[in-house]
Amino acid sequence: MKKPIYLDYSATTPVDPRVAEKMCQHLTPDGNFGNPASRSHPFGWHAEEAVEEARAHVAALIGADAKEIVWTSGATESDNLAIKGVANFYGKKGKHIVTCKTEHKAVLDTCRQLEREGFEVTYLDPEPNGLLDLEKLKAAIRPETILVSVMHVNNEIGVIQDIAAIGKIARERGALFHCDAAQSTGKVPIDVNAMNVDLMSLSAHKTYGPKGIGALYVRRKPRVRLEAQMHGGGHERGMRSGTLAPHQCVGMGEAFRYAKLEMAAEIERIRGLRDRMLNALKDMPEVYVNGDLERRVAHNLNMSFNFVEGESLIMALKDIAVSSGSACTSASLEPSYVLRALGRNDELAHSSIRFTFGRFTTQEEVDYAAALVKEKVAKLRELSPLWEMHQEGVDLSKVQWAAH
Amino acid sequence: MAYSDKVLDHYENPRNVGVLDKSDPNVGTGMVGAPACGDVMKLQIRVNEQGVIEDAKFKTYGCGSAIASSSLLTEWVKGKTIEEAGKIKNTQIAEELALPPVKIHCSVLAEDAIKAAIADYQTKAGTKGSKADAA
Repeated sequence: MKKPIYLDYSATTPVDPRVAEKMCQHLTPDGNFGNPASRSHPFGWHAEEAVEEARAHVAALIGADAKEIVWTSGATESDNLAIKGVANFYGKKGKHIVTCKTEHKAVLDTCRQLEREGFEVTYLDPEPNGLLDLEKLKAAIRPETILVSVMHVNNEIGVIQDIAAIGKIARERGALFHCDAAQSTGKVPIDVNAMNVDLMSLSAHKTYGPKGIGALYVRRKPRVRLEAQMHGGGHERGMRSGTLAPHQCVGMGEAFRYAKLEMAAEIERIRGLRDRMLNALKDMPEVYVNGDLERRVAHNLNMSFNFVEGESLIMALKDIAVSSGSACTSASLEPSYVLRALGRNDELAHSSIRFTFGRFTTQEEVDYAAALVKEKVAKLRELSPLWEMHQEGVDLSKVQWAAH
Repeated sequence: MAYSDKVLDHYENPRNVGVLDKSDPNVGTGMVGAPACGDVMKLQIRVNEQGVIEDAKFKTYGCGSAIASSSLLTEWVKGKTIEEAGKIKNTQIAEELALPPVKIHCSVLAEDAIKAAIADYQTKAGTKGSKADAA
């Protein structure tokens, strides 16, 4: 068993070796290295063929037409293009956007920017299980609402929103619907038509493809218009200029092709591992699962170990690679904004660890990780004055703390 | 985040973890921080008749730097008079442990903890003293 053990598949996945092999065929002089925009010679034609084949694989995983896929540099760019692109194009029709407090920063920060530009944004609170109350969503949409943006699977707690119902609500009220699906490809079946999605952000590197590439699904029927955010040679039907990176496109296409082929079996295997971990840990005193356990992707386990601080626990768990909150914000000292939005108190938010399992996780690794977590939580609790007070029956919420 | 070797050493082998008898008149207890902020330190000292800190124990809820700061502090205060211990500055702790800027507050908390423990001891001792004076 190789250590540290990687249990952070929601941060990123390794590239599947089968994918990497295919990508390597699109780089070197004896490979298919051409610029897909070159029209005057076979180098360009062959590169374009590879890119278009990859585009079809990406489209197939989400039930879309290949013509509806725009390549981007990743889900962050896709979120920016979708939200700013819609806001800039439809801003004359209305200036109101509805989203949720537990969205990824790429959505929240884009919305903040639009607020500075004169748009109004409603940030809905999720319910304590992480899911949106659809009645609250209905109430938030107004005649001037041009866009609803809700993620499919939450990156921290793995809960799955009812995208089809949200899309239906948005459509009935004349608002476009954008869905960030960076965390759900290969984990949950997706059908943009059944789910009433108009725009969908996709990422390669959460689904065993390379970092640095993603895509935006843009509905053609009825046609959704965007104002480009990147100007230049008019690539991607004018929506996103810039020379395509065929090795990256091929990587994403191949990764998504395998996801479609292998998803059903893979999810069940990973669910078994996740449940094994949960069963090993759930009987410890004062541990809590964050987010709904039923409407949740199979590979995510987010737990709070009360009276133990998350960063010190991660330090103690140096043989396993996990994250506290999300990797994007773990440089800050703030507790997870996602857990705070669920109404978790600061202590529990500070005590949370996200374990995410994946294609290359083994049962042996899970057993080792579970034993390590139990041992280290016990050790840190021996060090914790809060655990001592809890054991003595002190109600910590009643203590006057000297906040600093 | 990369921790210094000294932080790692104190974190993995914390010194003087434990509890002293709170009701002992020679024991001062300082508890600082708040769970909501992600760190709470409890520092206890036992002071002899010469005003020298004979023993020190801690428990800390917090990140590795907070645990290391309090562990180091217990080592430093043992054998010092309460006056000397009260002069320990957070900058000395931060320097010794090579704390990065985002972790300086851990050393501040440690300084607050020893000051609080000394103040608690002095309040107890002062109570005894004032009774004697009044008599």
